[in-house]
Amino acid sequence: MSVGLTHFLAVSLLVFLLGLYCVLTRRNAIGILMGVELILNSANINYLAFARYSAGGYDGQVFALFVIMLAAAEAAIGLAIVLGIYQTFHTIDVEATETLRG
Amino acid sequence: MSEATHELITVSYLRWIVLLPLLGAIVNGLGGAVIQKAAGKRAISLLACAPVLIAFAISVRGFLQLLGLGEGERLLIDRLFTWIAVGNLHVDVAFQLDPLSAVMILVITGVGGLIHIYSTAYMHEEPAYWRYFAYLNLFTFAMLTLVLADNLLLMFVGWEGVGLCSYALIGFWYSDWNNASAGSKAFIVNRVGDFGFMLGTFLLFWSLSGIGHPTLVFREIAAYAVQLEGHTVAGVAVLTAVTLLMFVGATGKSAQIPLYVWLPDAMAGPTPVSALIHAATMVTAGVYMIARLNVLYTLAPATQMVVLVTGTLTAFFAATIGTAQNDIKKVLAYSTVSQLGFMFIAMGVGAYAAGVFHLMTHAFFKACLFLGSGSVIHAMHHEQDMRKMGGLKRWMPITYWTFLISTLAISGIPPLSGFISKDSILWEAFANRHHVLWLLGLSGALMTAFYMFRLVFMTFHGECRADHHTQEHLHESPSAMTIPLVILAALAAVAGLLNWPLALNPVLPFLGVAQFEQWLRPVVGKDVSVLHGAVPHEGHHLDPIEYATMLLSIAVAVAGILIARAMYEKKTMSPDRVAELGGGWLYRTVLNKYYVDELYQTVFVGGLLVVTRAAAWFDQHVIDFIVNAAATVTTWVSWVEGQFDHYVIDGAVNGVGWLSVFFGGRVRRLQMGSINGYLYVIVLAVFGVMVAQLWWGTGPS
Repeated sequence: MSVGLTHFLAVSLLVFLLGLYCVLTRRNAIGILMGVELILNSANINYLAFARYSAGGYDGQVFALFVIMLAAAEAAIGLAIVLGIYQTFHTIDVEATETLRG
Repeated sequence: MSEATHELITVSYLRWIVLLPLLGAIVNGLGGAVIQKAAGKRAISLLACAPVLIAFAISVRGFLQLLGLGEGERLLIDRLFTWIAVGNLHVDVAFQLDPLSAVMILVITGVGGLIHIYSTAYMHEEPAYWRYFAYLNLFTFAMLTLVLADNLLLMFVGWEGVGLCSYALIGFWYSDWNNASAGSKAFIVNRVGDFGFMLGTFLLFWSLSGIGHPTLVFREIAAYAVQLEGHTVAGVAVLTAVTLLMFVGATGKSAQIPLYVWLPDAMAGPTPVSALIHAATMVTAGVYMIARLNVLYTLAPATQMVVLVTGTLTAFFAATIGTAQNDIKKVLAYSTVSQLGFMFIAMGVGAYAAGVFHLMTHAFFKACLFLGSGSVIHAMHHEQDMRKMGGLKRWMPITYWTFLISTLAISGIPPLSGFISKDSILWEAFANRHHVLWLLGLSGALMTAFYMFRLVFMTFHGECRADHHTQEHLHESPSAMTIPLVILAALAAVAGLLNWPLALNPVLPFLGVAQFEQWLRPVVGKDVSVLHGAVPHEGHHLDPIEYATMLLSIAVAVAGILIARAMYEKKTMSPDRVAELGGGWLYRTVLNKYYVDELYQTVFVGGLLVVTRAAAWFDQHVIDFIVNAAATVTTWVSWVEGQFDHYVIDGAVNGVGWLSVFFGGRVRRLQMGSINGYLYVIVLAVFGVMVAQLWWGTGPS
């Protein structure tokens, strides 16, 4: 069987869903960030798949590079925030940060 | 014959006669306390007496200037400035000197000056010396304004001014309530009269404006008065109404029935005040006013009858009261009221000059009598009851002789002035056929002689009834007091020569005939026919009956003296037996002044108090009730409004707040605090937007 666009999209969807599941259900802050990374990467896979299987230029690959860079920046900031949370709450369990509530 | 069109001679010195005493009053009034402390009472005496004496000198000058003019030209005007110029009312502050006002100012400044000098000794012990002289000067100013005014309104200023000063001087020793209340009584009773004066003035001006001559100047009133004949107001002749109203003013100021009641009480003031104000000057203002307005009175015979009857009744009535009084000043007070009555008798029969002459002679002898009584009171340490006096001629010869001369004058013994003046009045009454009134006047003269000599016998003759302590201190008064007495007594003795009647001309022919009357004729001599255009006729007719009446007058005077002598010197007739005649009630009634004061107190004062209390009741129960009710209604309304404010307004405001809290409470639950929750919401929201775009929107863009 030949691997076509559909297979890549399926993988991408799978990764997306897994990432979504991580973000929504994990209590560990870093686990949530990992989920976010998975979502971003699934988007990357989408871009690259379409770039490979369509006649356009190399737009998809360039965009994927942007996304990787942005993911890295965002991860850095996210980890800085997690560090801040740990300094305040002495834990990175997000259920401990429910102090700002109405 | 219109005096209004005569050439008017203007001078500029008349004002000083009036202004110098005013200046004295201002200086003494404002600075007197300081001056007295710094320079002593001497300085005040000088500052007070000088203006009046200088005014006398200027008055003499004015008189001499008038003498130099022809009979019909004797009118000097001194116009200061325009006081009121509104519509057709134009009033100047202007003074006029004519024969009538010349007589008045000589009397006022002359007798007034003597009284000022007398006062320097009489009031020597008084700490408020300066205040006395300030008021005395102020009074002189007001009186001079009254007689020198050339129009009714300015005269009224003086009229009111003398009333005010009278109040101030009667109540001079105001710390004693009786003195203060006597002053108030004088002022209030005068005020009733002043009301009549004002109404008369208004009516006169209004009537004159109606005939096209809106003026209050005397010479113009005299000229145009004839044109008011026949005019009526509310059914009454205008001239009668005006003259009656003005006469009401005269009864107040000159103490006639029914407004005389203030004068006896006015004796509460210092004796020189009684002499000046209540004998020589202020009380003569009413007489002067009628003389000044003589044209109006001549044209109103009805009023003249009223004046005549009032004068006669007052003369008789006051004389009866005077016979029973025991206070030396009260006798003189009632005597003044009685003599003023005689002056009004003269005015009532149109003998204006005779009335003014009696005014002048009365000023001389009455001032002498009052000052003499002051001398007695001073020596007796302020004792005024004649029952405690007696035999004083031994210690006070000058006072006694001057007093005796004046008493002979007032009793009407010839050739003293009182006889000449009083007899001419009685003769005029008789000649005008008022026989009954003449008889009443004659009786008044009898009583006058009686009570005056009763006074002399009780005070100066016989045994001294005072206690030893007082007797030891009896002495003649200082020369500042006795010299005026001498001067006044001399004038009282010889002033009759100025008006020597035709009947006595053969006795002293060089005196001419009634020179005083001749002097006043241009001002007061026009009778009704002359006013209507007839030519004035010269010459007097001598009616032989005049000798008879003259002899009767003398007989009556001598009889009065003899009766008094029998009762009080020789003691052949006992005064107590006379008093008991007819059960004694006549004596008691007369002694109590016919209870007139009590009557007035009950009717007028009592009546006024009833009205006052009714008004007070109305104010408390009706007015205050309404006011309090309004307040109560206001409190109810504000309670309702309070409820509204509390429940509705506050409810709305609080409701808004409650809503905020309520919804806030709901809405704040969006902030869960849980990060997982937020992420869940974000994902749902994204999916929601996607679905919305696919289904309703533009599809995947």
